[in-house]
Amino acid sequence: MLYFTRWKALAIVLTALFICLFAVPNFLPEKMVASWPKWAQRHVVLGLDLQGGSHILLEVDTKAVRKEMLETLRDDMRRVLREARIGYTGLVVRGSSAEVRIREGANADQALEKLRTLSQPLGGILSATGQRSLDVTSEAGGLIRLTLSEPAIVERVRQSVDQSIQIIERRVNELGTVEPLIEREGTDRILVQVPGLQDPTRLKQLLGKTAKLDFRMVDTGNSVEQATQGQVPLDDDVLYSSSQPKTPYLVEKRVLVSGADLTDAQPGFDQRTSEPIVSFRFNTSGARKFAEVTQQNVGKPFAIVLDNEVISAPVIREPILGGSGQISGSFTVQSANDLAILLRAGALPAPLTIIEERTVGPGLGADSIAKGKISSYVGAAMVIIFMLATYGLFGLFANIAVAINVAMIFGVLSMLDATLTLPGIAGIVLTVGIAVDSNVLIYERIREEVRGGRTPINAIDAGFSRALATILDSNITTFIAAAMLFYIGTGPVRGFAVTLGIGIITTVFTAFTLTRLIVASWVRWRRPQRVPI
Amino acid sequence: MRLLRIVPDETKFDFMRFRRISFPISALMSILAISLYFFHGLNFGIDFKGGTLIEVQTKAGDADLAKMRATLGSLGLGEVQLQQFGAPNDVLIRIAEQPGGDAAQQTAVAKARGALGDAYDYRRVEVVGPRVSGELLSYGVIGLGLAIFCILIYLWFRFEWQFALGAMIANVHDIVLTIGFMSVTQIDFDLTSIAALLTILGYSLNDTVVIYDRIREMLRRYKKLPMPDLLNASVNQTLSRSVITHVTVSLALLSLLLFGGEAIHSFTATMMFGVVLVGTYTSVFIASPILIYLGVGTGRDSLTAPAKKDDKP
Repeated sequence: MLYFTRWKALAIVLTALFICLFAVPNFLPEKMVASWPKWAQRHVVLGLDLQGGSHILLEVDTKAVRKEMLETLRDDMRRVLREARIGYTGLVVRGSSAEVRIREGANADQALEKLRTLSQPLGGILSATGQRSLDVTSEAGGLIRLTLSEPAIVERVRQSVDQSIQIIERRVNELGTVEPLIEREGTDRILVQVPGLQDPTRLKQLLGKTAKLDFRMVDTGNSVEQATQGQVPLDDDVLYSSSQPKTPYLVEKRVLVSGADLTDAQPGFDQRTSEPIVSFRFNTSGARKFAEVTQQNVGKPFAIVLDNEVISAPVIREPILGGSGQISGSFTVQSANDLAILLRAGALPAPLTIIEERTVGPGLGADSIAKGKISSYVGAAMVIIFMLATYGLFGLFANIAVAINVAMIFGVLSMLDATLTLPGIAGIVLTVGIAVDSNVLIYERIREEVRGGRTPINAIDAGFSRALATILDSNITTFIAAAMLFYIGTGPVRGFAVTLGIGIITTVFTAFTLTRLIVASWVRWRRPQRVPI
Repeated sequence: MRLLRIVPDETKFDFMRFRRISFPISALMSILAISLYFFHGLNFGIDFKGGTLIEVQTKAGDADLAKMRATLGSLGLGEVQLQQFGAPNDVLIRIAEQPGGDAAQQTAVAKARGALGDAYDYRRVEVVGPRVSGELLSYGVIGLGLAIFCILIYLWFRFEWQFALGAMIANVHDIVLTIGFMSVTQIDFDLTSIAALLTILGYSLNDTVVIYDRIREMLRRYKKLPMPDLLNASVNQTLSRSVITHVTVSLALLSLLLFGGEAIHSFTATMMFGVVLVGTYTSVFIASPILIYLGVGTGRDSLTAPAKKDDKP
């Protein structure tokens, strides 16, 4: 156990040195590291609990997606039946299906056939599953039921998440923060992590808004008062203003131009009133539609509707032919700016709900770093002194091995671009505690072998070979626990699992190689007559 | 220089005799811990209960808890708890989960922030909605169970099934007692507590495995030694290591406990209890003697192989 060939010793030292070197960028100023090649720049990332920032978990509103799918389905069924000139009564949405009763005498078979065309194969033409988007069934009395299949809903939710991620990226990038992380979690969730925000309120406002913008006509032919009392005309909605006090408007359901037709939106100031406004520009088809509508409706009011709230309802004074316009409506500079961001980024396909939020202010983060440092230094110092007191020279060997061990943990963390959290620092401190355990196991075994009457070199040799098996066994159990923790944990807890797991691996490596090498070199050099422990 | 010897070289404590005391004590403590869990309960943090946690620091002067309580109490947010957190100007506010789903939690935070105003620095805001909290709890419990299971399988491969079972009983004992500790102290039970429990599991096993390793070695070497004597010898031989290792781990934990700050205080306190107090006790007084009852080493005397030496360890 104490004999190392020259190349083997060299390999051990080089491996340890190589891993330790990866830790170097963490301790150098950022500017200096920036000029290095990419692979050498890898470094430990501070977790949100240390550098401050927001962790926000969003969920796509599956109910809203389902509702919208059903409404589209109902509209499609109406269109199909009308086009085929098939008479029907009662077209309703019930549960997760839409039902229609074909009028007596009409051709129910033809209706069924036409309605079947609405059902599409899922997963594109390459899909071999044979699943379709709709189940079409018919019952006696001309009742036809189209049911949304569960895979179709899941597929739509998945698409919504993909689109939402793109839109959220555009919105968050406008905030000008460094390295935001936006990724899918599971089927219907999106994780947004933005470091270094003092106040996440604005971020949440930007994330939470669907930002569905519509231009619609205000219905001046009917009375708003009657509508608010419940008599809403069939083609109208009652919508309220976004500003206080909430004023009701009677707005046509028909959308003239939607936010999807916008190409640009910018915040600005009104030249006359110098109030904050948002100016926008339509794409070609949007501009054409808008021109047409404004030509036909000069003198009438139209409503600019954002997420079912009326931002403003100006009267069309003259046809707007240039394809650009402006929205004014009691904005502040901030809210005008945010609306412009939202309009540029586009509307979310479905509403998102914040289901988890964790925000740490930069002050607390800095405090945590300081506390993490102090506790690590004190902990390490106490362990080092204790080991020296207990094992003397061998304690020094152990301390050298532990120091290299910690450097290697930082090296591996850097290689993996891993995140260091406050519990992660605790994990490192604990690793110092167990890393010395491997030395304790070895040394105690050596003491025993010496008492058993072996010569010093024999005892050291036997001590190592017997203790290493134990070290392996005992560390694997802890490693299993760390692996489980990594699997179930999120955020800071995961950071703990990572450092603990890496710490165990480096501990075993050092015990098997470095500690042995150090002791072996000492034995060769001093040829001890007695073991000094 | 004389080196520090915490444990003298050749100890001969009769640990196995203690089993007549330690087993009833452990059984009693476990029952106590379980009843504490059911009747006193754990102080579930927002990770598992849902709700809002806000840590604020006054920008000037000490925090006036009574005034803050009055301000927040008038918002109609249900149960609002305030607690000094470390420094006198640092306050932890807990708002119970609001009825009305995920969006309602966000409204509550906005309300609280609005009411407290700009006199405070918002150091930490955590909001966990009802669905996430449910998932986190089930993940935690599943993870803990899975870890125990995986370790059981590993030990079964490396040792004999009796050892795996013995370690498992010791393990569950550790976790039960630690949960009892968390119930008595009403420490926040959250995701970091699960992390603490898993680490305790790992360390306690680490200790147990070291002793088991020695027992296995002794079983091979001394074929005729009575089981209690063999176990005693094994525990005594590894005693020095157990004590020294626990001193180093305690030193590391102590430093975290004293200087690591409030954020990891409950985590380190739980670990201190679990690793240092329970874990050590368990591996010596429970995990080892229980092997006698699980039938390890029975039938060794009938082995035909001649015993080495004179069978004295």
